[in-house]
Amino acid sequence: MPDLREYAGAGGYAGLRAALKMTPTEVQGMVKAANLRGRGGAGFPTGVKWGAVPLGPAARRPKYLVVNADEMEPGVMKDRLLMEGNPHQLIEGIIIAAHAIEAEHAFIFIRLAYREAAERLRRAIAEATAHGYLGENILGSGFSLDIRVHRSAGRYICGEETALLNALEGKRPIPRAKPPFPQTVGLWGQPTVVNNVETLCNVPHILRNGPEWFRGLSRSADGGTKLYGASGRVRRPGAWELPMGTPLREILEAHAGGMEEGYQLRGLLPGGASTDFLTPAHLDLPMDFASVMGAGSRLGTGTIVVLDDRTCPVSLLISLEQFFARESCGWCTPCREGLPWVVRLLRALEDGDGRQEDIARLEEHTRLLGPGRTFCALAPGAMEPLQSALHYFREDFTRHVTERGCPWRKELVV
Amino acid sequence: MPAIIIDGKEYRYEGEGRNLLEVCLSLGFAVPYFCWHPAMHAVGACRQCAVKVFTDETDTRGKIVMSCMTAAADGMRVAIHDPEVADFRARVIEWLMVNHPHDCAVCDEGGECHLQDMTVMTGHVSRRYRFDKRTYRNQELGPFVHHEMNRCIQCYRCVRFYRDYAGGRDLEVFGAHDHVYFGRFADGVLESPFSGNLVEVCPTGVFTDKVFKEQYARKWDLATAPSVCTLCGHGCNILPGARDGTLRRVRNRYHHAVNGYFICDRGRYGFQFVNSEFRVRTPLLRDGGTLRAASADEALARVRTVLAEGTVAGIGSPRASVEANYALRALVGAERFCHGLPEKEFTLLEALVALMRSARTPFPTLPEVERADAVIILGEDLANTAPRLELALRQAARIVPDELEAAALGVLPFDDAALRAATQGGTHPLFLAVTGATSLDAMATARCRAVPDELARLALAVAHRLDPSAPAVTDLGADAAALADRIADALRTAKRPLLICGASAGSPALIAAAGQLLRALDTAGTAPMLRVVAPACDSMGVALLGGISLEEAARADTLIILDSEQLSAAQVAGATHIICLDSLLTEIGERAEVVLPAATFAESGGTLVNSDGLAQRFFQVFVPEGDIRESWRWIAEILGQPWANLDALLAEIAAELPVFAPMREAAPPADYRLDGQKIPRQSPRCSGRTAMTAHVSVHEPVPPDDPDSPLAFSMEGASGQPPAPLVPRFWAPGWNSVQAVNTFQEEVGGPLREGVLCRVIVPAGSAPPAAPVPPAFVPREDALLILPAYHLFGSEPLSLLTPGIAALAPAPYLALHPADAARLGVTVGSMVTVTLGETALTLPVVPREDVPRGAGLLSVGLVETPDALPAWGAVRGGAHA
Repeated sequence: MPDLREYAGAGGYAGLRAALKMTPTEVQGMVKAANLRGRGGAGFPTGVKWGAVPLGPAARRPKYLVVNADEMEPGVMKDRLLMEGNPHQLIEGIIIAAHAIEAEHAFIFIRLAYREAAERLRRAIAEATAHGYLGENILGSGFSLDIRVHRSAGRYICGEETALLNALEGKRPIPRAKPPFPQTVGLWGQPTVVNNVETLCNVPHILRNGPEWFRGLSRSADGGTKLYGASGRVRRPGAWELPMGTPLREILEAHAGGMEEGYQLRGLLPGGASTDFLTPAHLDLPMDFASVMGAGSRLGTGTIVVLDDRTCPVSLLISLEQFFARESCGWCTPCREGLPWVVRLLRALEDGDGRQEDIARLEEHTRLLGPGRTFCALAPGAMEPLQSALHYFREDFTRHVTERGCPWRKELVV
Repeated sequence: MPAIIIDGKEYRYEGEGRNLLEVCLSLGFAVPYFCWHPAMHAVGACRQCAVKVFTDETDTRGKIVMSCMTAAADGMRVAIHDPEVADFRARVIEWLMVNHPHDCAVCDEGGECHLQDMTVMTGHVSRRYRFDKRTYRNQELGPFVHHEMNRCIQCYRCVRFYRDYAGGRDLEVFGAHDHVYFGRFADGVLESPFSGNLVEVCPTGVFTDKVFKEQYARKWDLATAPSVCTLCGHGCNILPGARDGTLRRVRNRYHHAVNGYFICDRGRYGFQFVNSEFRVRTPLLRDGGTLRAASADEALARVRTVLAEGTVAGIGSPRASVEANYALRALVGAERFCHGLPEKEFTLLEALVALMRSARTPFPTLPEVERADAVIILGEDLANTAPRLELALRQAARIVPDELEAAALGVLPFDDAALRAATQGGTHPLFLAVTGATSLDAMATARCRAVPDELARLALAVAHRLDPSAPAVTDLGADAAALADRIADALRTAKRPLLICGASAGSPALIAAAGQLLRALDTAGTAPMLRVVAPACDSMGVALLGGISLEEAARADTLIILDSEQLSAAQVAGATHIICLDSLLTEIGERAEVVLPAATFAESGGTLVNSDGLAQRFFQVFVPEGDIRESWRWIAEILGQPWANLDALLAEIAAELPVFAPMREAAPPADYRLDGQKIPRQSPRCSGRTAMTAHVSVHEPVPPDDPDSPLAFSMEGASGQPPAPLVPRFWAPGWNSVQAVNTFQEEVGGPLREGVLCRVIVPAGSAPPAAPVPPAFVPREDALLILPAYHLFGSEPLSLLTPGIAALAPAPYLALHPADAARLGVTVGSMVTVTLGETALTLPVVPREDVPRGAGLLSVGLVETPDALPAWGAVRGGAHA
């Protein structure tokens, strides 16, 4: 991990110096021009998000910048690399973002399990504070900011930005309805922006090199680079920073080294556990927000979960849906009661207790747990892999019924 | 008036900033819901109230939204009966049924269960879930509330009521996903004095009425009638339910202006005296040394004889109806009628009436109290003297949407969670000037704990700051002066300031000071609201009726006493003959010449004047066993039947005492008919009518007549909705639970249809009485100024006959400041003897930091105290207990 001297030596904090010479609106303008879209999964334009925060002397204060480092979705591990590998990059991004919204305080809300990352961040914050990058009157600009690292109590729902705010306030991590948006009623009721780690790590580079440069890094309309990852039966599971819009095939073949010997690609979740399956037919798809959306899935976090031909899709779904059912906060009915029902239906299929109508019931749940029906996006996200699996791997589900159990399991026994 | 298009038809609706659910319900549409509550608003958790909205007439797909979380808007196009959204609502019920045990047949909630109603409403009939259900362990929550967690559908209403609304701390939600648990951290008595409301707030059978459980009847078999709680001065409307000659339970009866959706636990559970083994059910006559049962004629003959001898005085009661008190006054004559109170206590009531009449701003209704933006409480420990008002002040303390500029922040005015997130518990100024710790301390902006005279001095100092022409308090301490500045500033800048004052502190000086403060606030241009707290259910009624003092009455040879349980035997020790009109056999009754069995509130009708000067009619719920009659009817018998029925009596009261004239409007007269029929007290589903007396005769008995009201002791009669004062139960087709109240309101959360507010005390802007500045309090070396301390469970004697209330009442005590305890050489656990006048009380000592120096707090009602406190009491340390 580079210390502050090394980071600064490589051009670190130059972006901050540039930002502090600008007005908040100018900083926002640069980020808008760079077309930076949120890297937490939703892809909302970062500059636009900042733009909703009231600025100037009339704005309510204090204002907060909250970093969502509660990376906990199955298959996703990119923010950890950024925080452990180069904490100063995140810190610089935080300071610039806080300046852009005139926030006085920042919090890094970090996953419970990321102890090492939290430790490195704390050290880097201390270093940055000692060198005048944090604290009162940063680099003589008149702007002041402190950053606190808060370790989550360890629930997936805490990564939902409004549940995160409740958690940070010491309340039950149940999501809040929007509106009001955090930019007006956020942490402790004050104007707040919640940004993902990776999003903020892009910001120093935009400020240092300009929006044109940033957009130029991309192979698509979305600006910049992206941390892509791959897990499953690929030769080299990992994560790589690549131009936004790098095709799936290139990520999986050139970087992940293709499938392991003896395994065929059957499908993949392009952006974590809460995205719809894509199939080998989609391999030439550029991995950017619009293209993946066009193929019926979401770019999400860009971390790919690979399903091979020797893994039962139903058992993969059991594992995912169990996770989502367990991580439901219990606030709204469809999610709280629907997800465990889905899990039981899937288990029944897997255990040979499945019925033909169970498949219809699963399909019904994918509709009923859709956006707008539930309070937040957890259950709709949980339904994405299920609905696409029912579409692409229908035959596998039917076989679980007709063969009274999991065909893969029987193969193993044989 | 804006219009909305529902299922293709246009409807006009009232109100800005309301949610779609409230608008649909107000228009009479059946939209199912669980987590929304009209008093607690929306949080969007249950997803049951889904409807579809369409962007315009070309939009055929529409979008499913939760109606509780969507603002109604002019021109909005909504579909309730769209197949897709109707199916979604049925699926929500199916999800709730995944873990619900369907144990309706053995569930206390069955028959008035909102979950049952909503299930039927959505049309969900068969459950397709075939796996195991989760189960929970239930908790023992004390004498009032039964817990059955397996039935829970996780609407979160209980914790939202208990914690967010009522300020309780010991009920929480635990766990996550499909294993959410609502309960206490460990088994134990629920601490909130409003815990009983959980029974009505819970949409299913998780929290049920434990007292009712012990004397259970099916809800549809209960006879009910509109009634008024008699256990404090607030006058909450209640719905008592009786079956087979006993009172089984009390529920809240929605009254927009008085109690809204909630009552306190004393009011809900304190009714058990009606069924007490100490009830007098037949006339009792002294024969030789003992009382024996007698016929009414025999007893009345004796009464007439006794009344003919010597001087007679009639002692009325602030706990009896205006009619009963008036009848007694008619019997003995105005100059021989006593209001039932010692002179000092009556003076306080007179002062309160004068204070009310000096007001210029209309008295606030409950919703107006809840909207106050600065409050000062003078001398009242509201949780124990007027609990419903305390609950209202918890809402008053909250910042409200319009002050938040909610619209600018994107906060919908009905989104409770967003409001709480935005306000972060932010509160309006609330100042407490009281004699000890209170339940509102935690939300108070600042508080002063002192003896009543010091509180009066503070109030006068505030008045002087608001209006320099008011008398100055020249020798106020620096702290008190700074507090007075703060209070004056907060009240002056408030838009809706509220002053609360009552009789509990026992201080005329404090009430007079409140008058000065009210007038000063007026002069400062703030239009101050006034809310007065009187001790008993008809304190204001007797205050208006007047009469001689108890001390004077006690000098008569013969006393005829209404409700002698409010008196101590010592107070009437001088009388030669005593006639009691009592529902319970009391110590005084034991030595009476005649005891005539009087009806309780549940067995009689009449009018009570509450703290707020509102005359409210209560109706007989059931016909009791034995020869029990209304007190006024016994008196009518003595007088030779001057009044044919209650209306005739009311007419005479109105003619004799014009102040009570408006009282006749409190409810329609006995000859009122709805669709040509009387209004049944029993529900159409009432069962067993032909069987209950079959062991006596197979012929069905004729239901008793009710000459006093348009209500019938029957299941037959008008089926429509009567005017508000006559609504005997909240029920509508498809709405069997208490939620049926929606269908009785002008609009959701608003007044009941055809309601009346019948005030007999009105703000008249009369000059407030003079308020000389009391001298600064000087503690005494040898004595403490003994002040009354009140307890919700304990200070009201009738409710103590409910075993659960008796169990929760504290032991009698004397609380004093630790410094005084040290000075007097007493320690915790030791006993002290307090000498008040000629009475010596021996009590355990409780040292408490909140007791003013030089004062002692004495638990009233738990020990028999001599006449009015405050009074100086010599305190002597004693042996360890």
